[in-house]
Amino acid sequence: MSTSNESIHLTLNGKPHSLAADATAADLVEQLGLSGRRIAVEINEQIVPKSQLADTHLTSGDQIEVVHAIGGG
Amino acid sequence: MTSLTDTPFNIAGRHFSSRLLVGTGKYKDFTETGAAVEQSGAEIVTFAVRRTNLGQETDAPNLLDVISPKRYTLLPNTAGCYTAKDAVRTCRLARELLDGHNLVKLEVLGDDTTLYPNVVETLKAAETLLEDGFDVMVYTSDDPIVARELEAMGCCAIMPLGSLIGSGHGIQNPHNIRLIVEQSRVPVLVDAGIGTASDAAMAMELGCDGVLLNSAIAHARDPLRMANAMKLAVEAGRDAFLSGRMPRRQSADPSTPFADRING
Repeated sequence: MSTSNESIHLTLNGKPHSLAADATAADLVEQLGLSGRRIAVEINEQIVPKSQLADTHLTSGDQIEVVHAIGGG
Repeated sequence: MTSLTDTPFNIAGRHFSSRLLVGTGKYKDFTETGAAVEQSGAEIVTFAVRRTNLGQETDAPNLLDVISPKRYTLLPNTAGCYTAKDAVRTCRLARELLDGHNLVKLEVLGDDTTLYPNVVETLKAAETLLEDGFDVMVYTSDDPIVARELEAMGCCAIMPLGSLIGSGHGIQNPHNIRLIVEQSRVPVLVDAGIGTASDAAMAMELGCDGVLLNSAIAHARDPLRMANAMKLAVEAGRDAFLSGRMPRRQSADPSTPFADRING
């Protein structure tokens, strides 16, 4: 069961995060409980449009940012 | 009563009625944010982009539930960015967040004590953003030469500071603001430093096209009342500017005629 191929290790909002090896960006958003929320996702400094989240496979070492709107001036 | 006309206030081809733009930071909660923004009459409302808190209440209210993109023109800022690269990344994230909406407020800061704009990085970021199809409203110093460069590059609004962000010191160099107003063909808005209604009125009397403020409302004891004051101040200042103020005189000039006084 547990081989190194079965999970990937990435950096999510600056912190280590592990996922199943075949996970997509949409899976990650789902796992975080953020499906349908107004967020934006960036992987390795590239925007991943909402329409492409499900087709974007994640790999070990990916740097992922998930952002939302907050108050500001 | 005659209705008074004004030239349209357009930003990047979009028409707006209110010349007051407000931020959404520093309020005690989203309810207060929503009420103050509504009271201000602002149509363009700024917000910031930050990492989502993961593993916390994901059903917590979102700013955009209160400040709806359907009702307001949302203006994402790049507050907290110290490099052109971070500012550009932030704008691209904001565009994705807002389903392709491309109007942004660019600010690249120099240090965290003054939050003074780093104009070198601002110019770099503006160039990249404009190439990438953004409409860029740019926060900058009150240097007319930098303002001219930013306009020449294609920024859709020039937004010089009145004084330091969040300082409430008002407009420290009205002469520079006036120079920028006189040379610019795109809208000029004072952004930063407004402390109270008279500061906002002063910006408009100098001929600015609008005012962007946040702390002056959010940090007032009664934010809703200050939001109303700012709305009125911007309208009053605009009318005062358009009406052409009376000349200043060295000596008194009575409003009441001297003729036919009873004390002969």
